[in-house]
Amino acid sequence: MDIFIQVVYFVAAVLFILGLKKMSSPVTATGGIVWAGIGMVAASLVAFFEPHVLDHVDNLVLIIIAIGVGSAVAYISAKRVQMTDMPQMIAIYNGMGGGAAAAIAAVALVKKASGTEIPGHELSGSIQILAVIGGLIGAISFSGSAIAFAKLQGLMKKTIRLPMHMIINLGLFVLTLIAGAIIGFSDDVSIQLVLLFFVMALVFGVLFTTPIGGADMPVVISLFNAFTGLAVAFEGFVLGNAAMIIAGTVVGSAGTLLTQLMAKAMNRPISNILFASFGSDGDAAAEEDIAGSMKEIQGTDAAIMMAYAEKVIIVPGYGMAVAQAQHKVSELTKLLEARGVKVMFAIHPVAGRMPGHMNVLLAEAGIDYDNILDLDEVNPEFPTADVALVIGANDVVNPVARTNPDSPIYGMPILDADMARNCIVIKRGKGSGFSGIENHLFYADNTRMLYGDGQKAVGELISGIKEM
Amino acid sequence: MIEIGGFTALYIFMLSAFTGYEVISRVPVILHTPMMSGSNFIHGIVLVGAIVVMAGAQTVLEQVIGFIAVALSAGNAVGGYVATVRMLEMFNPKDKKGEA
Repeated sequence: MDIFIQVVYFVAAVLFILGLKKMSSPVTATGGIVWAGIGMVAASLVAFFEPHVLDHVDNLVLIIIAIGVGSAVAYISAKRVQMTDMPQMIAIYNGMGGGAAAAIAAVALVKKASGTEIPGHELSGSIQILAVIGGLIGAISFSGSAIAFAKLQGLMKKTIRLPMHMIINLGLFVLTLIAGAIIGFSDDVSIQLVLLFFVMALVFGVLFTTPIGGADMPVVISLFNAFTGLAVAFEGFVLGNAAMIIAGTVVGSAGTLLTQLMAKAMNRPISNILFASFGSDGDAAAEEDIAGSMKEIQGTDAAIMMAYAEKVIIVPGYGMAVAQAQHKVSELTKLLEARGVKVMFAIHPVAGRMPGHMNVLLAEAGIDYDNILDLDEVNPEFPTADVALVIGANDVVNPVARTNPDSPIYGMPILDADMARNCIVIKRGKGSGFSGIENHLFYADNTRMLYGDGQKAVGELISGIKEM
Repeated sequence: MIEIGGFTALYIFMLSAFTGYEVISRVPVILHTPMMSGSNFIHGIVLVGAIVVMAGAQTVLEQVIGFIAVALSAGNAVGGYVATVRMLEMFNPKDKKGEA
């Protein structure tokens, strides 16, 4: 039986890696998640045949109930959620994994404190230290992801900063580390200290995440994803479980790389995102004077401008996601293409709330992904485009990133929508973007503002074109 | 069970880390969100550990924490899977032709 269990874990680990590999191409991606899913089901089933698992019937009943409850809640929420709200759902599922890893560490340490052990898994030496580290990382990922969810879901609108936030954070972190070190190196673990350690780790996760602005959340979620992977790997060492070690470590390193890619796309070091409040810098920069004024355009005029264009580049942003305008955008695209207009989509790496967020929405609306271009591909196209239509994007098209070295977003690669002959910006109101920086594009001579909710404004464009 | 200790553990850790790095380094930007969701699903394997730990719980406190561990990890795995599949379905060329 033991060999059988190990073989299944081995196969599961292979399936996870192959699944991830297949997920890296649009053609094989669906197959990839199915492979990984098969591995997961197989590994979960054989877990019941691990030594001692079938010993206690009452625990077994609780396990089944817990799986039922957890799965049902997650299944229903994942099925019902709108595509636009997917980023925060990823955050919450990720937090659950981190919480589970922390809970495993907690049980192992509580058992150590009461002089028992998880059957067959003695906790001592380096394994004990790994259990503590995994618990710490998992707990931070859990509470931090919960805050990320609350922020993206709009439950928590303000970035809360305590006075001396950094110092409190640092102090708390050091205290948590000291508690962790005492627990990790001690043979006589105190149960009170273990509980205090986890409470401090959870509070740290909250304080760590609250000052970070919503625009930076994707990077943070990705970081927590990597954290959870690492935490799972460390608890895998505690339980001597190769599947957990391999899957956790693979996710840990892949998540770290993804976090770096995202931070790079924003042209900001990760440390800057995590430890400096972006919003407060932006407020100061927003005071500057801007030449020109915002010029409004009506939907019908904008529609004519687009209908007689040769090439239109659409730049979607978070505003499109919020307004659920992707299907209207798709309809507009089909109308324009029927008139012989070449339509392209320009996706900034950090448009929306996650890399690829816009691509997912556009794909959902049935737009061919050959027409969806990323930053490097599309920027040379702008100077020859007749119209650049910006839908609910702001900071990613702000030319100050190229021109003003004092701006907090200076140096960030942007989409050169201002280079197009005409630029139409669909925007709900006159406010500034997530970073709080005024957008010079909106004041440019060739820019016209079409005010309104993304869905309604694109609807006006559609009816405008249809009436022609 | 097999013993995974000392340097063997370190080697597994190192090789897995490189594997994760390599696998994701060639992912096109359009798949970054599904990819993050997919890797999020994969660390749902923590369910296996949660089952083992919960099964060995002896006190009420251990049972409570173990229960939380199993419920959360099941949520991670199931939610991660459904979310990833829903996202990837949109990239399925067959579905798109059906809509058009």
